[in-house]
Amino acid sequence: MKLRPFFLALLAPLLLGQAGPRLVPDISARAIEIRYSFTGAQLLLFGAILYPGGRTPTRPLDVVVLLKGPVQPMIVREKQKIAGIWMNADSHRFVSAPAYYAVASNRPLAQIVGERTAAVYELGLGNLQLSPGGGAQPEKAQRFENGLLDLRTRQGLYAENDNGVEISDGVLYRARISIPSQVPIGTYETETFLIDRGKVIAAATKEVDVRKTGFERFIATAARRHGFLYGLAAVVLSLGLGWGAAALFGRNS
Amino acid sequence: MTETNASAIASRSRMDIYLPIANMSVNALFIVILGGLVGILSGLFGVGGGFLTTPLLIFYGIPPSVAVASATTQITGASVSGVFAHMKRGGVDLRMGLVMIAGGLVGSLAGAGLFRLAQASGQIDVVIGILYVALLLPIGLLMLRDAVVALGWWKPAETEAEPRKRHHRLVASLPFRWRFYASGLYLSPLAPLALGFVAGILTVLLGVGGGFILVPAMIYILGMAPRVVVGTSLVMIIAVSAGTTMIHSLTTRSVDIVLAALLLVGGVVGAQYGARLTTRLKPDLLRFGLGVIILLVALRMALGLTYRPEEIFSIEYL
Repeated sequence: MKLRPFFLALLAPLLLGQAGPRLVPDISARAIEIRYSFTGAQLLLFGAILYPGGRTPTRPLDVVVLLKGPVQPMIVREKQKIAGIWMNADSHRFVSAPAYYAVASNRPLAQIVGERTAAVYELGLGNLQLSPGGGAQPEKAQRFENGLLDLRTRQGLYAENDNGVEISDGVLYRARISIPSQVPIGTYETETFLIDRGKVIAAATKEVDVRKTGFERFIATAARRHGFLYGLAAVVLSLGLGWGAAALFGRNS
Repeated sequence: MTETNASAIASRSRMDIYLPIANMSVNALFIVILGGLVGILSGLFGVGGGFLTTPLLIFYGIPPSVAVASATTQITGASVSGVFAHMKRGGVDLRMGLVMIAGGLVGSLAGAGLFRLAQASGQIDVVIGILYVALLLPIGLLMLRDAVVALGWWKPAETEAEPRKRHHRLVASLPFRWRFYASGLYLSPLAPLALGFVAGILTVLLGVGGGFILVPAMIYILGMAPRVVVGTSLVMIIAVSAGTTMIHSLTTRSVDIVLAALLLVGGVVGAQYGARLTTRLKPDLLRFGLGVIILLVALRMALGLTYRPEEIFSIEYL
């Protein structure tokens, strides 16, 4: 994961040397702040394609935009019916699954890039590197991978949008990506790829910070760092509310 | 943290509020109303209502560990709300209560260990489900049968010839007897200690106060005077649920104080209204109603275990 920007940096001089087009990306927000009223967010990922000499090419180029959350190791469990009861029977560990992943493109990914390019740049849900060098049998790993992708897609945490990128006059592009309320916090990375006939000819990255602020941050920190005081506060709160209601209603009756 | 339900993306409205520990937004009004309904029931029947709150929160999409821990916090408040009335009437056997609390606190520690064990093996959902069914089904059936007989809707074929004992034979055989004046008992503290222990385990594992087990057990197994049963069980539940909130805060760290507060606001108010309704309804009718509700929850849980679940896969973050 950490290698990608480095890899891209290595490529950059090559791209510049060819005097190919350049991407100037931006995001509608540098940070997403989770407050009490947070119900999810929408990010607009947009930017311009700069062509050398300002000449837009005659054939249309493709743009793929992706937003990726921090890596989140997880165990996926599979239920099976054992003795009439559905219980977790098998599990598989994914070490490097992203907490969030959304990809948008101007037309179906399969038409834009070949399998190899898609795999190298992790374009598309099927090409996510969920676990490097897992020792399990391939069929089992595949089954769990499908299960994970399906579950997270329905939770809105993984998304693939085949016509989520709009390109105006071959110069401006924009993509809208929505983030559900249950996203984990962390540093998210956006990547934008300009693709010509199946080859990535320009790429750019930007970061988005997803963080809790104010009261939400205070609560989350307190629960994690000061468990005793936090628990005490919860107990006092419940005792107080219970007593308060009893006192209030007791007086009236 | 485990996620089983994907239904977390509820319809958006201005009432939505973000839960900082559950890491998702919920409809605040829905949670308050849920707390209120459970509160009415708990006021009506003198139970904490955890056996309803926890499953309902899980069905709503709250991660099970957060649901269990936060429901426990709510039980404390709901029980406080009801205990004052009993205190005034002298309906609390403090000595018995303290013995049960001692057992309950040890039980909740044991429960925390079991919780961790079940979580590590990935079977916590199944353990919770099976325990719910195993406990609620017989209790619901017993309660329903008693109520139906008492209401005169059905007469049992043969009344038991056996004379009613003060308390269970097994309890009578235990050593070191103590006198519990308020309960009108002379029995070994080991029995209430064990009862408290079991209730403590259940509080941690299931997010229930255990009132629906304590009350029948105190009447039928210990043979306590009915006058002090509900008040004493409430005192015990307050102490053990508060202790359990502390244990959850220190170990699983899954008490969501915002969720608990929302449940409490509805719950404590509902409990007061429920307590008033009690005086207007026939007690046997109440027991019939509670029996039906308990059976419904048990059946829903049983279906959840035996039907093909919506989600075959679940995720646990490391």
